[in-house]
Amino acid sequence: MLNFPILSVTLFLPIIAAIVILLIPRHQEQPIRIIAAVATLISLMLSIIVFFNYDQSLGGIQFIEKIIWTPDLGVSYALGVDGISIPMLVLTTLIGFSAVFASWKIKERVKEFFVLLLILLTGVMGTFLTTDLFIFFLFYEVVVIPIYLMVIMWGSSKRVTKEYAGMKLTIYLLIGSAFLLIGIIMLFIQSYLAFGTPTMDIFALANLPFGTTFQIVVFALMAFGFGTLLSMFPFHAWSPDGYAGAPTAVSMIHAGVLKKIGGYGLIRIGIFILPVGAKVIAPIIAVLAIGNIIYAAFICLSQKDLKYIVGYSSVSHMGYVLIGVAALNLISLNGAIIMMFAHGVMAALFFALIGNLYEKSHTRNIDELGGLAHQMPKLATGLMIAGLASLGLPGLVNFVGEFTIFVGAFSTFKVLTILAVSGIIFTAVYILRTLGTVLFGPRKEEWDHLEDLQGVEMIPLLVLGAAIIIGGILPFGLIDLINSGVGSLIAQIGSMQMGGIL
Amino acid sequence: MFAFALENAWLIALLPFIAFAVIGLFLHKWPKISAYFSIFAISVSFVFAAIIGGRVFFTGEAVNYEVAVRWISMPGLQVDMGLLVDGLTAVMLIVVTLVALLVQIYSIGYMDKDPGFASYYAYQSIFAGAMLGLVLANNFGQIFVFWELVGLASYLLIGFWFGRNSAKEAAKKAFITNRVGDFGFLLGILFLQIIFGTLNFSGLAGEIANYANTGLLIVISLLLLAGPIGKSAQFPLHVWLPDAMEGPTPVSALIHAATMVAAGVYLIARALFIFSATPETMLVIAVVGGFTALFAATIAIVQNDIKRILAYSTLSQLGYMVMAMGIGAMTAGMFHLMTHAFFKALLFLGAGAVIYAMHEEQDIWKMGNLSKSLPITTWTFVIGALALSGIPPLSGFWSKDEILLGAFAGGYTGLYVLGTLVAFITAFYMFRLIFVAFFGNNQGGANAVEPPRVMTIPLVVLAFMAVVAGFVGSPLMDYRFADLVTYAGAVHYEASWLVMIVSSLVAIAGIFLAWLIYQKKAISAENIRSRFSGIYKLLYNKYYIDELYQWLIKVFVDGTAKLLFWIDIYIVNGFINALASLASKSGRLLSYAENGQVQTYAAYMFAGIIIILAAVLFGGLAILL
Repeated sequence: MLNFPILSVTLFLPIIAAIVILLIPRHQEQPIRIIAAVATLISLMLSIIVFFNYDQSLGGIQFIEKIIWTPDLGVSYALGVDGISIPMLVLTTLIGFSAVFASWKIKERVKEFFVLLLILLTGVMGTFLTTDLFIFFLFYEVVVIPIYLMVIMWGSSKRVTKEYAGMKLTIYLLIGSAFLLIGIIMLFIQSYLAFGTPTMDIFALANLPFGTTFQIVVFALMAFGFGTLLSMFPFHAWSPDGYAGAPTAVSMIHAGVLKKIGGYGLIRIGIFILPVGAKVIAPIIAVLAIGNIIYAAFICLSQKDLKYIVGYSSVSHMGYVLIGVAALNLISLNGAIIMMFAHGVMAALFFALIGNLYEKSHTRNIDELGGLAHQMPKLATGLMIAGLASLGLPGLVNFVGEFTIFVGAFSTFKVLTILAVSGIIFTAVYILRTLGTVLFGPRKEEWDHLEDLQGVEMIPLLVLGAAIIIGGILPFGLIDLINSGVGSLIAQIGSMQMGGIL
Repeated sequence: MFAFALENAWLIALLPFIAFAVIGLFLHKWPKISAYFSIFAISVSFVFAAIIGGRVFFTGEAVNYEVAVRWISMPGLQVDMGLLVDGLTAVMLIVVTLVALLVQIYSIGYMDKDPGFASYYAYQSIFAGAMLGLVLANNFGQIFVFWELVGLASYLLIGFWFGRNSAKEAAKKAFITNRVGDFGFLLGILFLQIIFGTLNFSGLAGEIANYANTGLLIVISLLLLAGPIGKSAQFPLHVWLPDAMEGPTPVSALIHAATMVAAGVYLIARALFIFSATPETMLVIAVVGGFTALFAATIAIVQNDIKRILAYSTLSQLGYMVMAMGIGAMTAGMFHLMTHAFFKALLFLGAGAVIYAMHEEQDIWKMGNLSKSLPITTWTFVIGALALSGIPPLSGFWSKDEILLGAFAGGYTGLYVLGTLVAFITAFYMFRLIFVAFFGNNQGGANAVEPPRVMTIPLVVLAFMAVVAGFVGSPLMDYRFADLVTYAGAVHYEASWLVMIVSSLVAIAGIFLAWLIYQKKAISAENIRSRFSGIYKLLYNKYYIDELYQWLIKVFVDGTAKLLFWIDIYIVNGFINALASLASKSGRLLSYAENGQVQTYAAYMFAGIIIILAAVLFGGLAILL
């Protein structure tokens, strides 16, 4: 068991499945789906094994795998997980597995769709699993291509065309990654000058006392790059259009996990390697976070398209993550990571159900829908769970994240946190208005032909719903794990006597 | 047995939650079994509560039992799931479990044949469970968790008939209005956590004294107060409660008596050690309560819907309780909460019985002479109304009297007069309802049929409680209740004959006036109405507060939403699109340079060489590095 490369297997199973699917004739649609389902299921189970077998008493990076790849650049294929990355890994596999079932009814080009979906999953997982900056960047770039293709091929055009949406999404991601790349190169050169040997190892880089100005500049570049990915106000414009244009599975993965690479990167790379820079830039991020929370929540109130509502709502929720990151203390960072996990499962569930509804009703306009709890009680239950999670109802995992962030952020920023907390009112308003309009009210006969969730359609609801509820009622397992990760991250920064974060 | 019940008190809250989960996951296909399972769970909870409460009550031994397990915990933040059982908790446990149990039994009849029967019981269970979890909580974090779950359950039950637009709107309104209060409440909790580093009640109690009378504590306590103002429907967040009657009537009984609005008053009682440390906040509490009591009572005078009248009477009585807390008469406030729970549940279930018998009719003017057709309903309802009006020796008399005594003897003369005035108005509007709907010349209800026994038995039990529950806090039983529920530093005033006699007289006067106008018709209601038509309209439209809020939301919230969306589309996105088109336009411009002609490229090359040569000539070779 010890020598079993569990992370590599988890990581590459989707790619292997994609290769197998490539070998299958395209009309064999059912086997294609089943292969995708099995591969993501095994990935999911392996990630859960990692979750439970991670030794919190030891802490630090575990399940390490390392193969030197390009010594001249100091790049190695290095995998390893800790309390920060495991929740992200589990999040990815949970959503990946659900996304396969949310795409079960795809009719066009089934083979290509699942191949791209599986490549996308490996790309996302890779960013969370690696401890090498270069490999991180590599996987991040791997993600962009399938997303673009999937949006323009299987997307939908509403307020904007899917071509526009796909292009916007891609260009934003690439601009973000361009800034990131500059930052990475600067880090590399600076560390090369200091060490004399090239390294891309995140932990080695974190041990270097970079100069203050350098830290500020590089952190600012990264904050822009990761911030764009996290849809930080005012660089969020790709997010609502992108989600609205994307097919269901892409919206799920994008809102669910891809965005989280931004938050993860800010913590794992930004704060960890450049704590002094982080401290200087953080107040700016906190102010922008309020822009996310309140500005986007208000816009949700004026939206009619369900996907736009969830799209803007996810922009709004990322504000909580951002202010948690910006507050730079143990509690707030814990909260930010819990929130990333929580928002991931919640947003994925929302998009899965909206996709299902759209497939059947061919509309996402909330004014055309109405009273659907009569015809689709299971879908209604699912939307209620997602909606209540979104508005931070205790007993669902999002509350744990929000509450922790508020406590953590409040000790750093008073007024900004008060503004952030006011988000709970506006979120409740738009969520309950939306759900009320779509689900409740008199039965509309025009929707009598809609069939409720059945068979495999239930799987996203069961998997993601269970994660939301179990995480909400029994949060301590998740919290302890995250706390061990963030705790050792902060301890390492503190031991160098330069962050002064805590 | 007592020790066993105490150690397993967590089951009291957990059992209804289990019932919710089991019905939701497995039993919902069998409505009857779901109902029995839910009733079984709450019965066991009631038995546990009764053992704990009974022992405390009869032996007079103080209990103070606290245990906790960690829930959200990390260095610097600890939110436990705990149990705190003392006299205050014991009283609440009994009230909540008993009312919830009776409401659930009653609902077997009332909700019979409803297609959502099973989910109704699931929601009832989670409602009771959330309230019990709140009552048992030993820290603010846990209170907040269950506080919100109570809100969820009320949302589900008020909107239970989700096919009706009115129910949908009412449920939403209840949740959002409460959220406004919870915003303040949560901020208060955050302040407590940051400043004191703990949310535990006993932990905080030791620290608060150091902050007494500081501006900071005033801010914190006022923020915390926002929660109860929302949950207990005090002005200006009262607007949700009257609309909450869109839910099935037994749900109203539950909300108005035991599981929702009581939470706010309970929280003030539980956190009184914080509030009482700042006299300013106490004054705010007293004034908010007193104002709500009067404000709501005036609205109740002119309403025509039987449930609406009762709803405003709840607002008014909650105002009483809150006022009691504000003047430091915490024992009296909790006492009134208890007696009110019984007679208000009785009144709502009675109203439900009438509505059931009248086939969904709720206008009191379309009823009349129900006393002939519905004797059990009528007489239990009259008992409830007498208790509410404060006629001795019914329960409401003793508890209301304690509050008035507190105001009178405590030197709050203004509030005492206000309270007495409200007592008069209360007696008047309740008996206006009784004479019009149950007696009188209208024959609208003459042919109604008494509801089944499963509905009338809970009425009789509650009527019994409405009569006797007041004795526990009366001089007749030596104020036993005060031994259970009290807080340090509370003064107990000697019973005052003056207060008792005055309050009884005004209640009787109120009833007499109602009799004159609506039964004897010695005074014409029509005349009064036309003479004061302006005031009548103002009261009938609830001082236009709903309209005001709607206008504010429309203009400010939705207006801002539209404005920001415009900004997002035309400024944020517009900027991006402009950048994009700049890029593509400059690309097109530059593309003229790439015309595919070798001669052109050769010319570029030549130009380039000239420039480089010129640069080297003027700046030396170093310029190339």
